[in-house]
Amino acid sequence: MTEIYPHKIESKDVNLYYGNFHALKGISLSVEKNTVCALIGPSGCGKSTFLRLFNRMNDLIDDIKIEGECLIDGKNIYSKEVKIDELRKRVGMVFQKPNPFPKSIFENVAYGLRVNGISHKTLIEERVERSLKQAALWDEVKDKLKKSAMQLSGGQQQRLCIARALAIEPSVVLMDEPASALDPISTSKIEELIYELKSQYTIIIVTHNMQQAGRVSDSTAFFYMGELIEYDLTKKLFTNPSDTRTQDYITGRFG
Amino acid sequence: MKKLINNLIQGLFLISSTVTTLTVLLIVFFLLREGISLFNESPLEGENILAVHSKNKVKTVSAEQIKNIFDRKITHWSEIGGSNDSIILFTSQDFDTYFDADELGSKFEHLPRKIDSLINSTPGIIAVFSKKYIPPHFRGKLVEVPDVSLSSFMSGREWFPTAHPAVQLGVLPLVLGTLWVSLIAILIALPIGLATSIYMAEVASIRMRNLLKPVIELLAGIPSVVYGFFGLIIIVPMIQDIFNLPVGETALAGSIVLAIMALPTIITVSEDALRNTPRAMKEASLALGANRWQTIRRVVIPYSISGISAAAILGIGRAIGETMAVLMVTGNAAIIPHTILQPVRTIPATIAAELGEAPNGGIHYKALFALGCILFVLTLIINLWVEYISRSRKNR
Amino acid sequence: MDIPIAKLYRDWNSFSILGFIMYKGIGVISWEFISEMPKDGMTKGGIYPAIIGTFCLIGGSILFAFPIGVMSAIYINEYTKHGYFRSFIQLMTSNLAGIPSIVFGLFGMSLFVNQLGFGDSILAGSLTLGLLVLPIVIRTTEEALKAVDDNFRQASLALGATKLQTIQRVTLPIALPNILTGLILSIGRVSGETAPILFTVAAYFLPKLPSSIFDQVMALPYHLYVISTSGTNINDSRAMAYGTALVLILIVLILNLTASAVRRYLSKKNNIN
Repeated sequence: MTEIYPHKIESKDVNLYYGNFHALKGISLSVEKNTVCALIGPSGCGKSTFLRLFNRMNDLIDDIKIEGECLIDGKNIYSKEVKIDELRKRVGMVFQKPNPFPKSIFENVAYGLRVNGISHKTLIEERVERSLKQAALWDEVKDKLKKSAMQLSGGQQQRLCIARALAIEPSVVLMDEPASALDPISTSKIEELIYELKSQYTIIIVTHNMQQAGRVSDSTAFFYMGELIEYDLTKKLFTNPSDTRTQDYITGRFG
Repeated sequence: MKKLINNLIQGLFLISSTVTTLTVLLIVFFLLREGISLFNESPLEGENILAVHSKNKVKTVSAEQIKNIFDRKITHWSEIGGSNDSIILFTSQDFDTYFDADELGSKFEHLPRKIDSLINSTPGIIAVFSKKYIPPHFRGKLVEVPDVSLSSFMSGREWFPTAHPAVQLGVLPLVLGTLWVSLIAILIALPIGLATSIYMAEVASIRMRNLLKPVIELLAGIPSVVYGFFGLIIIVPMIQDIFNLPVGETALAGSIVLAIMALPTIITVSEDALRNTPRAMKEASLALGANRWQTIRRVVIPYSISGISAAAILGIGRAIGETMAVLMVTGNAAIIPHTILQPVRTIPATIAAELGEAPNGGIHYKALFALGCILFVLTLIINLWVEYISRSRKNR
Repeated sequence: MDIPIAKLYRDWNSFSILGFIMYKGIGVISWEFISEMPKDGMTKGGIYPAIIGTFCLIGGSILFAFPIGVMSAIYINEYTKHGYFRSFIQLMTSNLAGIPSIVFGLFGMSLFVNQLGFGDSILAGSLTLGLLVLPIVIRTTEEALKAVDDNFRQASLALGATKLQTIQRVTLPIALPNILTGLILSIGRVSGETAPILFTVAAYFLPKLPSSIFDQVMALPYHLYVISTSGTNINDSRAMAYGTALVLILIVLILNLTASAVRRYLSKKNNIN
């Protein structure tokens, strides 16, 4: 595995327990700036849990215990000085199911700005437009920004959620199976988008779909039963995995 | 600053969430405070005492015996362990019959002496009069009247909280009346409610259900006085006609009104339970060739039986606590009922009917709070029972 | 297959009570009936003071129960974790809901009327009724909050919103239709309760309007009770009783219709479905 400095995102020997269940076992992994890292593995292997470490969404779950360090730009995000809402402003997230708020398209994108105390009207308008453009949605919705976001198609909703995440100008974007609920055409649009976005953001994406991981990511991590089995450049991992379990998984023998 | 406001608001939320708990505790405190103090009270009204001739062997007379004596059901001291003399009654109302107004003096200053000589000259006398008239050198004997006790309160068969000269505080007729009316109400309501909920959950078309649901919600929302009024003008005369009774205000009328009132609860709760039967289970039964009715009977009902029983218990709880409708149609006679065609009086109806007339802080007032305690305990048991059933259902 | 008993019962139950009282009461209702004072030993005139009294009690009790109930539900659902504290509070709330209304009457009398010295007053009656509907407000609000998809909360938190911002801007607006429905239904409950106000506020006959929260008032359900059971001329006031009963039913009917209209309107606006 190649060492490149500086690491944008890094985890050092992270253990996570749900009650008595040991869900993540000593995970150490680093992702460099402006790359896409894919997390793959069978259901329940801990990849989504691992993803949610980096914006501390796991904190919402009762009875959870986290050990080890998670670093973004070299700072431990679990240290006491870090304010959780400040952290989440820097780390955007896109969920598995598109989940726009039952508000207008405009208000959805503006939401993150408003809760962060930005009320300047033209600034908000500029940011909304830019984010929608970045998410490749602007042309489709520019004439109906006041319409409810719930009227959009699933694929459009997901791109709206990406725009919503981008509006607060994060440096990291976490994506939890962002295309799993979408049709193939919408999926390819999202994948193109991810490819575009990586010039400005560092992206971690959880996916079930191995072709997708191969298409969009620079590096790939394979999780199995709470352990990080193998982490390498995507090309290497898919063509020449060093662990037999990785091989079995990517060739479809289990999972 | 922002953090401070956040914490303040969160604190406000926390305080609000404790209001229900505080209320329950306060209710318990106030009911007990008034209710328990009943048990240090003498059943004799006011500041009265009970006196007999000095040779009389009887040492204590219970409130029930006093009532029987003054009702002339006990006429000889021998019946309560005394001599063979017949009992002669004397109370403050008899001052005029025994004494001339002139003899007593303008401020009744001679009354104590007169009472003393009357008691001393009448071996069979039982005298009830105010403490302040006890003569200085009293030759008679004061008889002890036991205070109201928990056991006499719970097992007493007479409820005459305004009886003279000793109040009768036995809650048995009220407790039995309450349970009696509620149980019969459930016996009436459960089959009908269950049938309706099965119809709504399994048989009715969506359109029919959308029509019925609001009607049932409306029925649940109608105030209990309106049900009471309806019972009073429809059900009471109907019962009077059918059974040819002198009055139609009976336990049966109460049960029917309560049954109608409990229906929306029973229907809603058991319909929810029926609907929770997994589709796969029903389909499995149907796939094995069972028809719809067999599936309902052998799969759906057994699966949701705990929900249905929760509905029934909840219905009983509602019925036990219901006040106005019962007050209006049951006739309110405080007797232990033998048939459902007699008038009965329930605990809530008693409180509602009598609290207005009970002097604040008096024995009657306290007795009504003690009734409130009984009612509270009854409904608490039922609530905890329902809670237990529904929690164990959730865990399944 | 159809079950005839259920059908028979359904027709009977829903139409007899509503139908009968509507049939008898509709002729009594007139502008005079709802806008005039009662006259001639409550056998003539109207029920204006009872209507006003009931509105006072609704206003007072909702003013008290609604903020506390909603905040309480928010705390339970959004701030506490599953555990002893939460189940304890929920258990106490459901116990409070199961306490018979007459016990609330006893309690209100001894706490508000006597202990705190409010006397028989709108204040004492409203507080008593407020405590009575508090569990209903809490439970419906809790249900409404629970029905909000967790995805919305997570999306908001992931954008850096604080918990309070999330509640205020996302959770509450989405839950609003159901919360309002619960509020409206609890108004229905308040308007019809008699036992809690017997000893805390209700006046037998008081042909004037209240001037402060320490005044007694007449109230519709108590008025119906009085004129149908203990008036001096029960037979003469029967027509008034039908009219009062119909007004009570109409209030509940209007509230139910409003509740479902609100639910429909707001969820269409949110376009949740």
